[in-house]
Order: sequence, then structure tokens, then C-alpha cells
Amino acid sequence: MTDQLATDQLATDQLEAHALSTGPGAGDLPEEPVVPAAQLSPAPEAAGTGTLSSVDVERIRADFPILERTVRDGKPLVYLDSGATSQRPVPVIDAEQEYVTGHNAAVHRGAHQLAEEATDFYESSRERIAAFVRVGRADELVFTKNATEAINLVAYSLSNATFSTEPAAQRFRLGPGDEVVVTEMEHHANLIPWQELCRRTGATLRWFPVTDDFRLDLSTIDEIINPRTKLVAFTHQSNVLGTINPVAELVDAAQRVGALTVLDACQSVPHSPVDLIGLGVDFAAFSGHKMLGPSGVGVLYGRYDLLEAMPPFLTGGSMIEQVFIDRATYAAPPARFEAGVPMTSQAVGLGAAVDYLRQVGMTAVADHEATLTGYALQELSAISGLRIIGPSDLVDRGGAVSFVVDGVHAHDVGQILDDAGVQVRVGHHCAWPLHRRFGIAATVRASFALYNTVDEIDALVAAVRDSQRFFGAG
Amino acid sequence: MEKLYQEIILDHYRTPHHQGLRAPFDAEVHHVNPTCGDEITLRVKLVPAEQTGDEATQSDDLMVADVSYESLGCSISQASTSVLTDLAIGHSLADVLMTLDEFTAMVTSRGTITGDEDVLGDGIAFVGVSKYPARVKCALLGWMAFKDAAAQTAAAMQATTAAEYAPARQESIG
Repeated sequence: MTDQLATDQLATDQLEAHALSTGPGAGDLPEEPVVPAAQLSPAPEAAGTGTLSSVDVERIRADFPILERTVRDGKPLVYLDSGATSQRPVPVIDAEQEYVTGHNAAVHRGAHQLAEEATDFYESSRERIAAFVRVGRADELVFTKNATEAINLVAYSLSNATFSTEPAAQRFRLGPGDEVVVTEMEHHANLIPWQELCRRTGATLRWFPVTDDFRLDLSTIDEIINPRTKLVAFTHQSNVLGTINPVAELVDAAQRVGALTVLDACQSVPHSPVDLIGLGVDFAAFSGHKMLGPSGVGVLYGRYDLLEAMPPFLTGGSMIEQVFIDRATYAAPPARFEAGVPMTSQAVGLGAAVDYLRQVGMTAVADHEATLTGYALQELSAISGLRIIGPSDLVDRGGAVSFVVDGVHAHDVGQILDDAGVQVRVGHHCAWPLHRRFGIAATVRASFALYNTVDEIDALVAAVRDSQRFFGAG
Repeated sequence: MEKLYQEIILDHYRTPHHQGLRAPFDAEVHHVNPTCGDEITLRVKLVPAEQTGDEATQSDDLMVADVSYESLGCSISQASTSVLTDLAIGHSLADVLMTLDEFTAMVTSRGTITGDEDVLGDGIAFVGVSKYPARVKCALLGWMAFKDAAAQTAAAMQATTAAEYAPARQESIG
């Protein structure tokens, strides 16, 4: 674990106190206990202690109804694709249902009771999610459709600034001679928005290459991040390699030249304690559906002084201050960036998801996933003809384990795994340049979450060996 | 699994037919499967039917003289392209396009069309693919590349119908 990730032992009590004190149930909704945290299943006994016993994991699994189903003619489901999307526990499903059946209304509109309750649910989620990623000001969090939209919000706001006459927006202007820096290991969601921003503005895209041992090559960091650099966008944890990047080093380099930083935190926030303020980034994006929450909701964190100066991305209702027939002025953040009626029940569900994760304890989640990752690396490495595409040990590494099998295409490995009930991702995982870097078209990726077990990794390993037998390889 | 990966498929995968890029050719296309990164470069050489000496064929028919390819992909896509070349080379373009339609209908049928072995030959082995929607694109990668290349060639040839048919490119292949 890097020091960025292993920030502290959660300060769980503080966070829970904060969340509860800001939940709608703590204030002016006396009739019903509407704080989703109140719906949590009995906490696993190890909550907050930094370890999960097998009993704890079984209790966690019992909260995820989908894990009980079978696939492909009665095979138990072995879900190892949480890096793509995670499964949802009952409290998340219940929170959405409770909101929809009891409190649904358009948020931030109208003065009737339902509208007030709906707004309280929505804003309470924002506060609890902010606390979860150690952001003290909830108004530094913007709800978006997904993490992809969150990153596009920043990219389009910057290009809108380029054409803006607002004095405050001038600091974000980009043009020929300016540079935007990414890395070779980015997910397409943190690459293509910057390619397009450069295309629109005439700025130049640069990138950090990846070394043969699956790390960012920072040997020329002071050349790549230079006084022309306006923005540095990079992933916290690679969705393919599992590599955790040195955030502090990149943030320091960017700050030395006055460049903005954008962190793709999609693969870190669901799996470890993340302190966005401590990391010092200017922006960060993460998605609800990868952290036990619903799809259709993502989050952009942005430093308030930046959000306050940025022009809007999507425009329309709810994001305005004053509107005239020929012009408008815009609301303060985060409303400025939340045009239209938002995804309210999804935001409520995501609030319940962070309550659930906080109750289990993110240090415990990280430790459990490290155990699984270490075991998977050990067992998979023992298969002859199998090559791990990613760091082979747990140093600065998270729980995405990608690999190739000599003589068996990733799709074919995945098909044999699927037949055994083992659900993994195959392909380039939206990181095509990274796969090109290593000269491979596709990899098999197993990715873990708090509900996975060592037995499931045994099932994975056995099925990989079956695929070698089936295709006469290995 | 054996229903999906029939022995015919594994045979074609291990020993692909007509592999490699050859000249002469009329059109070359590059197709990718964006979901998995698999790719194929495929060339087609068509000739007017009379050049084959087959008197029964109408003069404006086209014959598939060659299909050559290089590809990167899974067993399903590799084997299906290999089968395509067997079914295409030496046959009239019209017949091959009918075979292509039959093959496409079968693999996209979610198991409702079993296919005609007299038409599909070894292609019948891909019947199991139709039950795995995620693999349909794999089975069709080479076939769609062929369809594209043949259409480009036929269009170019029709554009020069009245005139003398331009000889095919004879580039050397590096």
C-alpha cells in the first residue's frame, strides 16, 4: 500500500458521527428513520479492525442476493468482475426502494413536503459520500451520470473556458503551445476526453510511458511536466495492471508548474481508504456502480475555488442563477454542474453504499482484497504458460489481476471460465494503448471485491488449467 | 463447451486454411472488433466468370478467385475466417454472398436456426455460437471483412464495366 492509500485507520467513529449528524433523519424529518445507514445489516464482527474473517465474508456475502444464483447449467456464480461493475448489497437496493416508494420528488424544485424530503435524501448522500473520501465540503462533489461524464465535465468546461469572456474563466484557457499530460495506462475514459480537448483547443497531448515492470516511467517527469503543462490526468490504480501510481510525486510535479491535476479514482475508492484532500489533487472522478452502488451515478470532486471559476458543461434547468431571454448567469457549484433533474434514487443508493463500506471498514476491505490478490498472483503464477500482465507482488498494487495464457486467446480462456461459472472480463478493458504497449490484443482480468473468497480464486485457477487442457496448450 | 468448440472449429483454428496475404488482389480491408481488439486484414480477388472457363455462368457474374488474410483473434474468429475461405474461393460471388447470409442468420439466431450443412459445409460447426451472443461478432469478423472487400471490388468493377477491366494490382507483398 502506498502512503496515499494507507492514510489512516479510517477515523471511523468521526466519519460515522459526521454522517449521522448530517443525515436527514437527524434533522427535520421526524416521522421515519430515513438515514439509509440505519438499514444496514448487522455489522460484520470485524468491522473497523482491519481484517475480515471467513465468517465476516460469509455474512457480507449474505447481503448480496445475486451471489446465491447459479449460471451455465447450475454452476455456482463466481463473480470476479467487480472491476467492471460491482454487485449491490440489500441495504443499497432497499435505500433506493425506500426513497422511490416513500419520498420521490424532483430535488431542488418546489416547496412541498416530498420535494423537501427528496432534496434532503439527495444532499445527505452527497455529504456522506464526501466524508467517505475525506472531503470536508460536500459542495466540492458534483453528481454526474458516471465517472466518464465527470472527466468529460472537466474537459468540456476547460474548452468552454477557452471561448469564454468571463474574467474568472481565463485561467483555464488552452491553446497551441499548451500541453496536457496523460499516461499510457489510462482507461479510455481518462484518455479520449483529453485527446478531444487537445484537438479542439490546439494544445498538445503528451504521456508518460509504462515500463516493462508495469509502472509509470517517471524518469523524465520534469521534461514531460514542464512550464507548458496545463493539466495532468492520471489513474490512481490501473484497471488492467492493478498498479497504484505515485500520486504525490505527480501532484508535486504538476504543482511546481501550476498545472491542474485530474485523478481517475474509479479503481481505488471502492477498494481502499482514499483521502482526496490528502492526495492534493484538483479533481477526481469515481463511479457508483464500481463501489456497490447503482449505475447511473458518478462523482466529480473538484476544489471549490476551481469549480467556482469554471464555466458550465451541460446547461439548462437547475444550474442557473438568473435567466433573461438572451443570456443567463449561473448558480454556484455544485448546482452549476448538475443541469436538469438529477439521478436521485441512484445518488441515494450510492449514499447507502458508502455507509455499507464504511461500516465494514475500508482498511478491512483493502486488507481482505490484498489477501485475495496475493493468493491469486501466487496460484496463477504457478501455471506454466501463464503470464501476469501487472506487478507480480503486492507492492503498490490493487486487486485487478490480468493475464495471458500461451496458445489460448483471452476470449477462449474466458469462455471456458464462463462455462465453469467464473465470470471474468476479457479483452482490452478499455485500455487499448496499454495493450498495444505490451503487444497483446487481449487479456483475461480477474478483479476482486470485499465479497470474494479464496475458494473462488481456486475455482478461477482450476478453470484456467481446464482451458489449457481444452485447447491443448500448457 | 464441446457444443461451442466443435472439433471442426479447433481443427481450423490449429491449421487455418488459405492464411497469409497474397497478390493479386482487388481490395484490402482492415476490420476490428472494438470490444476485444481482435483484428483482420483481408484481401479479395474477383474475376469475371468467363475467365474461369465456366460456360454455364452468366458473363456478368463474378467469381471469387482468392481470399487471403492475416488476423489476430480467438479460436472462433480464426476458424470462421478459415472456413469462409474454403466456402468462397472458386465460387461465384452471388453464391458466396448467399452462403454468408445463411451463416449470418444462423449465428445471430440465438439458437433458432440450425443452418443447412449443404450450404454451410464446415460452417455448420458454428451453430453453437448462436447461444453465446458475446461471441457472434467473433464468428462474423472475417465474413464481414469479406463482404466489405467484395462490395468495394464489385463496385469498382461495375464502374469500369463498359471499359476494359483494369488489371488487378500486382504489388509485391512485403
